[in-house]
Amino acid sequence: MAQVTNTAMNTAITSDVFRRLGQHDAAVVIEDVVKRFGAVESLNGFSAEIQYGRLTGLVGPDGAGKTTLMRIMTGLLVPNSGRVTLAGLDVVDDNEAIHIVSGYMPQRFGLYEDLSVMENMRLYAQLRGMDADQHGDIFDSLLDFTRLGPFTKRLAGKLSGGMKQKLGLACALMAKPKVLLLDEPSVGVDPVSRQDLWRMVQELTDEGMAVVWSTAYLDEAERCQSVLLLNEGKLEFNGPPQELTDQIKERSYRLEQVGTERRAVLSNALNLASVGDGVIQGDAVRVVLREDAKRQEIDNLANDVGARLESVQPRFEDAFIDLLGGGPGGTSALAERIDKVELGSDVAVACRHLTKRFGDFTATDDVSFEVEKGEIFGLLGPNGAGKSTTFKMLCGLLKPTEGQAQVVGHDLRYATGSAKSQLGYMAQKFSLYGLLSVRQNLEFSAGVYGLEGDVKRQRIDEMIETFDLSQYLSTSPDSLPLGYKQRLALACALMHRPPVLFLDEPTSGVDPITRREFWTHINGLARKGVTIMVTTHFMDEAEYCDRVAMMYRARLIALDTPDALKQGAISDDQPDPTMENAFIHLVESAQLDDESRANAPG
Amino acid sequence: MTDQVPNTNNSEQDQVRDERAQRAFDWRRLIALVRKESLQAFRDPSTILIAIVLPVILLFLFAYAVSLDVREVRIGVVLESDSASAQSLAAAFAGTRYLKVTPARDRRQVAEQVVSGKLRGFVVIPQDFEQRLSSGQPQSAVQVVTDGSLPNTANFVANYAQGVVLNWQASRLNGRPTSVINLEPRYWFNAELESRRSLVPGAIAIIMTIIGTMLTALVVAREWERGTMEAVLSTPASVVEILIGKLLPYFALGMVATLGSAALAVFIFDVPLRGSLLALLSISAVFLIPALGQGLLISSVTKNQFLASQIALFSGFLPAFLLSGFLFEIDAMPVPIQAITYLIPARYFVSSLQTVFLAGDVWAVFLPDLAAMLAIGVFFFAIARRKTRKNLEC
Repeated sequence: MAQVTNTAMNTAITSDVFRRLGQHDAAVVIEDVVKRFGAVESLNGFSAEIQYGRLTGLVGPDGAGKTTLMRIMTGLLVPNSGRVTLAGLDVVDDNEAIHIVSGYMPQRFGLYEDLSVMENMRLYAQLRGMDADQHGDIFDSLLDFTRLGPFTKRLAGKLSGGMKQKLGLACALMAKPKVLLLDEPSVGVDPVSRQDLWRMVQELTDEGMAVVWSTAYLDEAERCQSVLLLNEGKLEFNGPPQELTDQIKERSYRLEQVGTERRAVLSNALNLASVGDGVIQGDAVRVVLREDAKRQEIDNLANDVGARLESVQPRFEDAFIDLLGGGPGGTSALAERIDKVELGSDVAVACRHLTKRFGDFTATDDVSFEVEKGEIFGLLGPNGAGKSTTFKMLCGLLKPTEGQAQVVGHDLRYATGSAKSQLGYMAQKFSLYGLLSVRQNLEFSAGVYGLEGDVKRQRIDEMIETFDLSQYLSTSPDSLPLGYKQRLALACALMHRPPVLFLDEPTSGVDPITRREFWTHINGLARKGVTIMVTTHFMDEAEYCDRVAMMYRARLIALDTPDALKQGAISDDQPDPTMENAFIHLVESAQLDDESRANAPG
Repeated sequence: MTDQVPNTNNSEQDQVRDERAQRAFDWRRLIALVRKESLQAFRDPSTILIAIVLPVILLFLFAYAVSLDVREVRIGVVLESDSASAQSLAAAFAGTRYLKVTPARDRRQVAEQVVSGKLRGFVVIPQDFEQRLSSGQPQSAVQVVTDGSLPNTANFVANYAQGVVLNWQASRLNGRPTSVINLEPRYWFNAELESRRSLVPGAIAIIMTIIGTMLTALVVAREWERGTMEAVLSTPASVVEILIGKLLPYFALGMVATLGSAALAVFIFDVPLRGSLLALLSISAVFLIPALGQGLLISSVTKNQFLASQIALFSGFLPAFLLSGFLFEIDAMPVPIQAITYLIPARYFVSSLQTVFLAGDVWAVFLPDLAAMLAIGVFFFAIARRKTRKNLEC
């Protein structure tokens, strides 16, 4: 496809608008845009420009205002004040024309699940004024581009998460938009398909299209050529990601090989005045120094624990946390209050040949592992890999078709009640009762776990004090800030002091600061001997785990320490693989295995 | 700085495409949307359920299970007097088609059976029956006790018992034998099959309300719930196209359901179609305007399928059921409720349907009904159009 300069405008109306606005070279111009929903200010009046021929990342935690800005750019929302132009067209005044020059892929899969791939594509082609017969070449090239060619007759609802996003992309690309807006295209997409999406977007920007990619994954920001970093409706940074990470040059360090002591080391490091942020990375602890801080304190810490201190490349996430003034401290008030957990056996959770079939679909296929007391055990895998099913069988919410599962020695099949009293469960999205007040939520969960009288009152008061909930007691959980919502959910799950804690995607939709606070509590609990089972789709969070089980297509494809998994993925191209690289490597080798098995005779 | 705009090949095809995209209304887009909606409707089992299975069940229910005719009501006749005239009156009660008599000597016997629900009431022919008769007050000669917990039946028993007495007396005065009671008391009830004949056309109105209002409200809410509306709104398709694209398939579905129901009514349930098919179709088509408009209005108020179905139930289905005059006569309602029925499009539809089936093409009835339905429909559409914007602002 050829590149043409911007004099090549086709229609009378658009060229009119162009004359009115004069020359422009930005794809999107945002000027003092303010958007309020009731009392909540979603965008607080910033300005920015987005250029053609570049991949611009719209980065920020959930609730930062990314989707609001996307919808304003596509003319689906009207700003309260300020203005936005896209390809020179005002999104409010030239609303109709916006839909012609822009392609938009909403956050939720917006295509019809009961129509086939081809039927969806035809619909979008016709809505954009094209005929499949006349524009057959475009269909072919889009199918080729998205590698959906073999699946044209399949219903969109039956596609995998990754293929759905590719179909969404194909429909958004119909009629060659000048600006392509993708709202969180990588959510629910496994790392392998994500690679594909990056490749496609790369090709499009090479052709001169402006592509906006919004994401809550901060590591994705580093792949964008330019970044708009949003937090709570404010534009925190605008420019190439490198520029931001350069601001914290020489401030990121790793304490290598701290092994079993890493949780204690992290806790101590975070309590140092000079340390702004810290996370666990496998056997190492990564810390970021505050601005103008000396490395004296961490040098001492490294000497005390006999660890090697190495300077490392700053990451985008380091810079983001630094921008927000650093993360929380390293001491968990919650863990301080809990007594050390004593169990009869060293094995807290075990499953053998665990299998779950729904009809002829196998969700979990012959999974076996044992989790030791005080271990943080991660269950990782793309959507639909079977991790939620496995998880639910382990905490007694689903009955296995075959095999057995035990929690602290209780078989979930026969002693569901006594097993359940040994575990705390924090469901996805916190699952708090919005119609009950914070206090009533606490009382309810104390009640369902059978606490009564003085013990009940004492525990509730303890949780209120530990998590600083007193100011919110009579409000609804729905109106709590995200961090407090998470605290409350954790308080409810821990009310009965369970020796085993199940966390199902505990940090999805949570900003990085709140995530750090959460992990401080979890690390503290693990040090007290509480066993933690966790599922997550944040690859870097897997680094907090002692061991990680990788699931793919219902099967356990790997089970090892994060470091060992990363080492397995080392190649000439990737001397220092990330957790995500390790994941892609494992999935690809599992696919190869499947293929060779399928090709084998018999 | 790269300041080039992405490839916009100046080919003729692209020009045609962009010109089309600029239009506020384009047939191609509309056809594409109608096609999509029809494909979805055919693939969705719940649509088939609502459009085909439900009508058939409803028609069968109204044709066979629901009957407003009262037959063989069980009553007791307490004979406290042994006189010949008292005996002959008791025989007159036993001889009617519509009452099934349990004879008794003591009122306590039958009173218990009324309490237990075995009898719907009883008639007492008192000891002083002869004296009362001769005193010239035949109406108060007998006592009628009825079960007030079933008001319709109670009314029937009371009125009918009185009728029997009057008849009996009239025939006695004329000197004719008591068995010849040929006054037909059925003028206040339907003729034998009449209730089915008026219920089945009424049931068609209910079915059309379900398809028009409920299905439309549901399918639009579904688009919001599933997030597909957001994607369609970001294309050049206009609101008018999206709405018409939604309505046309369900209009067609409604018409097909009408034809199917009419065929069932005529060929299976023996309901006569005395008017013309053309009249039936035009009445139905006009009724679909307010029905679809109401569905659209509901979906513009809520974007949630559950809420939409609840609102459709309360604002569409129940009024059509209770206030259209299909089950309950409007004239018998209190005046304020009667005033409300004028706002219910189903009222006009039921009246026209019953006319077209049972009477024939009476355009004097149809025209005002059609005008009223059209007016309500236009009103609904006007509000729905105002409430629906081509963006996500609430």
